[in-house]
Amino acid sequence: MNKKKYERIQLSHGGGGKETSELIGRIIFNGLYGQNGRSDDLYDLHKRRNNNNFTVNASGQKIKLLEDAAVLKSPQNIAFTTDSFTVSPVFFKGGDIGKLSVAGTVNDLSVMGAKPLFLSLGLIIEEGFASEDLRKIIESISEEADKTGVIVVTGDTKVVPAGKADGIFINTSGIGEILHDGLSVYNIAAGDIIIVSGNVGDHGAAVMSLREGIEMDVEIESDCASLWDMIETILKGGIGVSAIRDATRGGLAAVLNEWAMAAGVDIYVEEDKIPVNDSVRGFCELLGFEPYQLACEGRAVFAVKPEFAEKALNILKSHPLGKDAKIIGTVGGNNSFEAETRGAGQTVGGRNIKGTELKGKVVLKGIYGVNRLLDYPSGELLPRIC
Amino acid sequence: MELYSDFKIKEDISRLASIIGSEVKKPFNIMEICGGHTHSIMKYGLNTLLKDKINFLHGPGCPVCVMPLKRIDEAIEIADSPDVILAAYGDMMRVPGTDSSLIKERAKGKDVRMIYSPLDIIKIAEDKNNKGKKIVFFAIGFETTTPMTAALIEEVIARRINNVLFHVNHVLVPPPINAILDSGDNLIDGFICPGHVSVMTGSGIYEDIPLKYKKAAVIAGFEPYDILSGALLIVRQINEGRPAVEIAYKRAVKEGGNKKAQGLVDKYFTVREEFEWRGFGNIPKSGLKLRDEFKDFDAEYVFRDKLKELPGGKENAACKCGEILKGKCKPDDCPLFGKACNPENPIGACMVSFEGACAAYYKYRNF
Repeated sequence: MNKKKYERIQLSHGGGGKETSELIGRIIFNGLYGQNGRSDDLYDLHKRRNNNNFTVNASGQKIKLLEDAAVLKSPQNIAFTTDSFTVSPVFFKGGDIGKLSVAGTVNDLSVMGAKPLFLSLGLIIEEGFASEDLRKIIESISEEADKTGVIVVTGDTKVVPAGKADGIFINTSGIGEILHDGLSVYNIAAGDIIIVSGNVGDHGAAVMSLREGIEMDVEIESDCASLWDMIETILKGGIGVSAIRDATRGGLAAVLNEWAMAAGVDIYVEEDKIPVNDSVRGFCELLGFEPYQLACEGRAVFAVKPEFAEKALNILKSHPLGKDAKIIGTVGGNNSFEAETRGAGQTVGGRNIKGTELKGKVVLKGIYGVNRLLDYPSGELLPRIC
Repeated sequence: MELYSDFKIKEDISRLASIIGSEVKKPFNIMEICGGHTHSIMKYGLNTLLKDKINFLHGPGCPVCVMPLKRIDEAIEIADSPDVILAAYGDMMRVPGTDSSLIKERAKGKDVRMIYSPLDIIKIAEDKNNKGKKIVFFAIGFETTTPMTAALIEEVIARRINNVLFHVNHVLVPPPINAILDSGDNLIDGFICPGHVSVMTGSGIYEDIPLKYKKAAVIAGFEPYDILSGALLIVRQINEGRPAVEIAYKRAVKEGGNKKAQGLVDKYFTVREEFEWRGFGNIPKSGLKLRDEFKDFDAEYVFRDKLKELPGGKENAACKCGEILKGKCKPDDCPLFGKACNPENPIGACMVSFEGACAAYYKYRNF
């Protein structure tokens, strides 16, 4: 491939012809399988197409690549998930869109108790995107996949005209084998203890600090990470876990609100127990954000039965990804707050907190003893001016 | 001194709260002028902490909230012109004008950019992709942010950039305070004056409050400790019957303020005869405009034909923002609050900006 000619991705790279197969061979296959000797050098795909060299070993199976679909022997119970990734900027402190696209799908499987096995990789690339950047992204996909031992078994690449996409969009779907079933948001019940695996809001702050219109030089790294290994240690540790979720968009606040609403419980969180990196706190104070509402990409939130809370915390703390884990709160019954402290039909801040309108609340207990609701984030997060 | 944590220490806050509690004879009405203070008060639940002692009233100090519909309509109209890039601060993006907002216009394909620092405008102006375009800065803010706009003008002139225009919406803190106090029917005992504004202006701009109106005025910072210290000084001024301007934020505010910033503002801006405030109507000598010699940078002048035909905006009649901004009622007294009017679909001025009193009440529902 003429280096100069292909410094940037061109529409022809998505045309299905020679350029497409060169792109797939040179950048994608080489990045994904080449380095680790899983396949030969795929310099000329067309020549080698018929000699059966395109196989990868995954979970004890030999899977043929470059067919129209990957043929897999599936385990008995599988979890299946999909996620699309768009992030601006594409490269940020602590990761890039490639790492994100693997970790995100791996984590979605992991929190359901499923060991991640196979991934699909769909790329939508904007014409003019730097080939070198694509190569770096594919490399981090490969690196991140190796951490969990998950394999990309199928994929697709499209190129769209300049201006029709923001650099690159990635979709990954994942299949995992359920090793620990029964995890569900509907298991969450009064008495459960809420644990978070580390500082919240790092990813959101890291990405936003680089965004056009903010561009602040802050020492914040994204927490982007694949969590299967850490989650597996908890599940293997015989902990009574009701539910696990990875905090992504909407941050800790979104996870807790979804849980409260789905399980019909109130969740109480102590503000001074929530771990937040000082730089993230400062960043948020300056711009008027709440760290609990900023995205994480490598944090899990656990609801565990009370008798297992301490043990779960210790297991997490002994894992590198969970060293800053903290117990942050407890689960109360539905409308437990009103039942204890207020009569029926009371309102808080003008909104009825009884009945359907606010069924399942998250109550943040402030350090000065004043409680407030911790709401879902709403709208686009926009910084304030003064 | 840890600037983040040392002004939040639980024991200090409890001690201050109990001193205030013991010195307050009857509940005092204290208006915090600045939206930043409102936000801190609600976030840390200071209103609940001092319940029955201090009744915090939320003043007109959120520049986004007090922007009248007409000014937003103008920005939208300008953004609609060919080859215009309209640049605005983030929290201005969502504010509804009569029919639309800047964020909705952006979704329709208008070139609306969010900036954090006015100097970002230079980058946009010098970007070769924007050659031949006019970059219009929707300049907004109190005395705190005006110097930044002035610094931008200075830079634009120094670099001989000729495609940057200013839609000037800068306003002043004292005129609406005087308007509230002149209305006579207010119950305010004292004011927590804005910290950041005072860094620029110094303390002199509040002198009317004690001298003319005999009310307490204390400049405070934005951390819980700062606000309670400010409230305590106000309580003591009231108890001792000696209204004055005091500074409870000495680590940032000097009596004379920042002379350099003041000089820069004076160089480029002059006071308008009157300016419309959302919730107040026209207030004399309350806003700034570019001096005549810089009218070629003035978007109101350059787009005067286009803006001439714009009708004035019409507010929702049920909305109580005007009363709230004057300290006559609280957000939850409004029939629209939390129902028709919420952060996703703000109707009134105080819900649109994150710093607005209604937005703070909605977000931090204390109990």
